[in-house]
Amino acid sequence: MSVVFERTKLLTDKQFHYCPGCNHGIIHRLVAESIDELIQEGKLEEGNVLGVAPVGCSVFAYDYFNMDMYEAAHGRAPAVATGAKRAKPDTLVFTYQGDGDLASIGTAEIVHAAHRGEKIVTIFVNNAIYGMTGGQMAPTTLVGQKTTTSPHGRDEAWCGAPIKMSEMLSEVPGSYYIERCAVNNNANILKTKKAIKKAFQYQLDGKGFCMIEVLSTCPTNWGLSPVEAMKWLEENMIPYYPLGVKKDKGAE
Amino acid sequence: MALTLMKGSEAIAEAAIRAGARFFFGYPITPQTEIPEYMSERMPEVGGCFLQAESEVAAINMVYGAAGTGARVITSSSSPGVSLKQEGISYCAGAQLPCVILNVMRGGPGLGNIQASQGDYFQGVKGGGNGDYHLLTYAPSSVQEAIDIMMFAFDKAEKYRMPVLFLADGIIAQMMEPVEMPEMVDFKVDPEKKPWACTGWKPGDDPAKRGVINSIYIDTESLSEHNAVLQAIYAEAKKNEQMWECYKTEDAEIVVTAFGTVARIAKTVVDEMRAEGYKVGLFRPITVWPFPYDALAETCCAAHVKGILDVEVNEGQMLEDVKLAINGSKNVEFFGHLGSQFPTTAEIKSKILEMKEAK
Repeated sequence: MSVVFERTKLLTDKQFHYCPGCNHGIIHRLVAESIDELIQEGKLEEGNVLGVAPVGCSVFAYDYFNMDMYEAAHGRAPAVATGAKRAKPDTLVFTYQGDGDLASIGTAEIVHAAHRGEKIVTIFVNNAIYGMTGGQMAPTTLVGQKTTTSPHGRDEAWCGAPIKMSEMLSEVPGSYYIERCAVNNNANILKTKKAIKKAFQYQLDGKGFCMIEVLSTCPTNWGLSPVEAMKWLEENMIPYYPLGVKKDKGAE
Repeated sequence: MALTLMKGSEAIAEAAIRAGARFFFGYPITPQTEIPEYMSERMPEVGGCFLQAESEVAAINMVYGAAGTGARVITSSSSPGVSLKQEGISYCAGAQLPCVILNVMRGGPGLGNIQASQGDYFQGVKGGGNGDYHLLTYAPSSVQEAIDIMMFAFDKAEKYRMPVLFLADGIIAQMMEPVEMPEMVDFKVDPEKKPWACTGWKPGDDPAKRGVINSIYIDTESLSEHNAVLQAIYAEAKKNEQMWECYKTEDAEIVVTAFGTVARIAKTVVDEMRAEGYKVGLFRPITVWPFPYDALAETCCAAHVKGILDVEVNEGQMLEDVKLAINGSKNVEFFGHLGSQFPTTAEIKSKILEMKEAK
């Protein structure tokens, strides 16, 4: 029997700590497989890749990605990635960040990494809530969405409407390619992988800042089953956070 | 070698480059802005990288990113900016990243002023960021000394895998002095010497050599073990790295303690009072962490020492370490100014005379 499929070597054997139904596992695999494919295709030298993990649910991503990894301070991954990329310009560098990390405490770092046209890829996992700390309101929490710090639902008059990072960063002159994806069905998973790989290819081609936002579920903190959470994402998140390419200088 | 007249900030920046620094990340703030300005011109000439960050927070995290690859990296700032860096400094200490951080101190608290001060002694020496960590901290008192320390600062940072802090007051950066600039060292990242660094590990390589730049140890046992490693390193640094200067203390009745530029004013006082027949000496810590407790205690335990006068441009911060060293065995007095006002030789002299009369 021949091997027709095996897990990518760019993920370690460590068991994920993620909750049942969480999308991080799928997204980790898409990132690792995309890089692996670029290596197999001879476009990237083995070992020439480096990732930066955030603070949040994916804080232990350095245990899962089987490559040189950093664990950054909360929100600072784009600055850490900037330092690493400037020091090793031939290395493929990516950050992996959640919405609390990227859209709240790390706004200065992500905006200026994009602004400088930093040659890095950011994987932005948006589940509209702070997962690791137990379900608090994020800047991305939908209006009316109940969290432990918005127990009666997010009140737009009190704390604003959810921030759309992909739209915002696509307006920054230095950004090169921004796409919002979701992993809620097979077709979208394939689209997400295509987008991630394209972003990495752009980096290899020396293009500027790329970000792939991936809408994700948080069954635990949303208080829903994994299946219900996926349905909630489709009915509530996708209408507010429309999927698709927000900017692609390479296609212009 | 011929002496060159150089401004402190530029001399320190050039020394960093000659010591092998090829990455500078910083943000403008008075009175150290000449350092990023100099670096922006000079780094490209030596194939290095100057990048102006969007904030001091970002700058220190860029240091974290570049230092994690094994490169020699430096950042500089002044007091309020160094406060912003504290998060990243704690992470660098936790992740055991060698790097050099310059604090060209100005008056505080808050925005304070832009004149020289020594108000960040506590911040530099006693912590600043969260957790049980220390920085190898040097307090140069001349431009030449800052250059000389810079030439071995990266070696020390790499030996102990800990950040090095320069606690320099604004005068060091702003004044011009004749200096001798050392030759450029030939530094290249050697992955063999830095197995912890991100230098291109791939699946199949020794798992122990995968670069994981990290300060989180989620279970209590592993965090405890990690801290034990850090503490063992600090103990080793305490044993090996203490530096100080004793000036005319052999027979001194009054020993002045001071660091940085203030120590130079105190040295003038010593010379002037010696000429008048007063037995005064100076003890100057060059490393303020590790603080030379034993050396100071030994200097001051001699029977001829009647009192110690600590002089600083703050409310008496190093004073606490001086008192710890003396441990109640001698009278320790303090003279200082706040708000960046430097003490004059006349003021220090009058305080010493007061102490002599009181005894």
